Amino acid sequence: MSSDHHAHNPGFISKYVFSVDHKVIGVQYTITSLLFLFFGFTLMMIMRWQLAYPGESIPLVGGWLGQYLVDNNGVLLPEGYNALGAMHGTIMVFLGVVPLAVGGFGNYVMPLQIGAPDMAFPKLNMASYWVYFLGGVTMLSSFFVPGGAANSGWTAYPPLSDIANTVGTHPFWNGQTIWLLAMVLLITSSLLGSVNFIVTIVHLRVKGLTMFRLPFFVWAQFVTSFLLLLAFPPLEAAGVLQLMDRVFDTSFFIPSGLVVSGVVQDQYSGGGSPLLWQHLFWFLAHPEVYVLILPAIGIVGEIIANNTRRPLWGYKTLVYSVIFLGFMSFVVWAHHMFLTGMGTKMSTFFQTTTMIISIPSVVILTAMLLSLWQASIRFTVPMLFALSFLPMFAIGGLTGLPLGLSAADIQLHDTYYVIGHFHYVVAPGTIMALLGGIYFWFPKVTGRKMSTMLGHLHFWPSFIFMNTIFFPMFMVGLAGVSRRLWDQTEYVQGVDVQSWVRMSSWGAWGLGLAQLPFIINFFYSAFAGKKVGANPWNATTLEWAAPSPPPHGNFAEVPVAYRGPYEYSVPDAKEDFHPQHVPDSQVV
Amino acid sequence: MSSELLPHTLEPHPVTGMYNGKFGLWLFLASEVMLFGALFSAYILLRTHGDFPAHGEHSLSVPIGAINTFILITSSVTMVMAWASFKLNDPGKGKFYLMATVLLSCAFLFIKIKFEYLHKIHDGHTPDSHTFYAIYYCMTGLHGLHILGGVVVMLYFLLPGFGLWHKNPQQFTNRIECTGLYWHFVDLVWIFLFPVFYLL
Repeated sequence: MSSDHHAHNPGFISKYVFSVDHKVIGVQYTITSLLFLFFGFTLMMIMRWQLAYPGESIPLVGGWLGQYLVDNNGVLLPEGYNALGAMHGTIMVFLGVVPLAVGGFGNYVMPLQIGAPDMAFPKLNMASYWVYFLGGVTMLSSFFVPGGAANSGWTAYPPLSDIANTVGTHPFWNGQTIWLLAMVLLITSSLLGSVNFIVTIVHLRVKGLTMFRLPFFVWAQFVTSFLLLLAFPPLEAAGVLQLMDRVFDTSFFIPSGLVVSGVVQDQYSGGGSPLLWQHLFWFLAHPEVYVLILPAIGIVGEIIANNTRRPLWGYKTLVYSVIFLGFMSFVVWAHHMFLTGMGTKMSTFFQTTTMIISIPSVVILTAMLLSLWQASIRFTVPMLFALSFLPMFAIGGLTGLPLGLSAADIQLHDTYYVIGHFHYVVAPGTIMALLGGIYFWFPKVTGRKMSTMLGHLHFWPSFIFMNTIFFPMFMVGLAGVSRRLWDQTEYVQGVDVQSWVRMSSWGAWGLGLAQLPFIINFFYSAFAGKKVGANPWNATTLEWAAPSPPPHGNFAEVPVAYRGPYEYSVPDAKEDFHPQHVPDSQVV
Repeated sequence: MSSELLPHTLEPHPVTGMYNGKFGLWLFLASEVMLFGALFSAYILLRTHGDFPAHGEHSLSVPIGAINTFILITSSVTMVMAWASFKLNDPGKGKFYLMATVLLSCAFLFIKIKFEYLHKIHDGHTPDSHTFYAIYYCMTGLHGLHILGGVVVMLYFLLPGFGLWHKNPQQFTNRIECTGLYWHFVDLVWIFLFPVFYLL
């Protein structure tokens, strides 16, 4: 699609700002999304103060949060709490984890792993990043408009979201409308990215690299791209409908005879259905869960194979499981809606598919665990993160099973149990894996290794605090505390578990502190870390055949793949690893 | 990365039988199917939800819709002729058919806005009057935006983008082919919209 010739000595702007090189774009994505992750986490640290010490002024930052978030004494307002909650969810999912896992790791690592000189559409790749950036800026700008940011939750359920932020605000530039506009930009960005990923993986593999010789990470990105490609457009459609409800006063999601605060909303024609939004939203948002998980599983697979010095157990089983998982993720969405009154027949169908989708997840986890069996494991920093992923992801997955059964869900729905469940999947699961991935590929990106000592100082407190935050939530949720309360001590069940809630809060602040060694390590090692060669981990996949950092165009000479991705510890060989690009004559 | 070094920018990949751009465009169309699919699903849900006018109670003009359908189908034909002309190395004819496609699209949009939207709004059938009109404006409006996008792309290839024909005719023809694929898709969406809103 693009053919224009670029100057051979590009200036600073075209080299580092508006770059079409997949590596620069990958780093741009990584740094931007890490900043968003930290920002989204900061919002949560503020909310945790209100939960732990309801009605007390927020220390340190309470004074300058502004009139839409706090009152004159620096106490978080209920509306402010809702805004922080909505923005925390939105930022973490759409601006943090997905751009890091797909935009960052996918962009940087995937083309190298298939031996390609770049992505198939370099300009589209650049556009994808800048549309994402614009979406992020748009989303953040909503904090500063009259009425403050969107406060209808990251799920934006109508009719609440249709009528929220409409009184005393600008008819167009208000929190929820800006949220919708930003979402349209983010959806466009991931659409451009996913088309690019799929074409690149199918068309740009080097000679000899058949689909079943692809590293597992590439397979994970491949399936993820299909989910992004096909699941996001329905949310875009839903966003357009909600935008029309808000801007043109249509009634797609407004039922007839809606009453708000005792007032009949007769300015709407009615006849709409709030459930329509939920169907369209969850048709995206359940595949989205796998968009969050699959790249992380791919990273964990790479790290485990490398540090156990043996092939991944059941490579083909893993690949088939990921494909099946991707397919099934499109037919489980309504298990988020058991309590909406959509009917028991629907519930039965969706709880059946939900039980089926748990099978490939368990297969993947089991294969990863079996890979560890009797291996002489190298406990490097990335391996520590990968190893911590397995049990914590398992906790997240297994606690999801009761939620997938419509009868058990009646008790657990919308309690802190749900929060504990999905955060175990995404935070101690995916985010730990992504951090491990940063330690793993940092030498490839910078040519320098991250400090092991600081890595341990980062890993161990993070591991402990992740559990300190999220495990108490299961107890709080089973005690019956709803997830959407500004002050849960107004209810008797909330008073009883207040000590658990405080434990979560202190864990969150501890987790924030535990990221300091990582931030120091990241910048220190980028400029002054120990220099390493092209293949510091003695790894087999193609990205380690390129120099560190890889130059423009990636490979000195185009590699050829001679074997599968994880040929470690082959009997009677000179070395314990056989890189994919080295011919047989040179390894045996 | 200067992209002339990228494999399969021009020559088809042996497995898929497509060059990169064509494969990418098919994937894009898959996502478009999901976008319009979601909206058609929304239409079905709103209609079966009750409180939706039965056939005949709304007043969309079947003759005007039929004329527009005919115009769009004709534009698909001229689009194919444009691509075929460039393929047969006849740029003058190619430009003529491309221009014809642009004019037919503009005729479609003109009829849609002048004789349908403005007329309906004048009669009080605004988007907030009923969910039928809400989904009607939403879906045909989104389709209209797709038409507009196609017109912009074709005008680009007729005016500033035509220079590529002299540098690399194969790549230019490929781009016209991709535009054509998109155009047939937009046409196909209308083939579904017309019966759903005007006839059923």
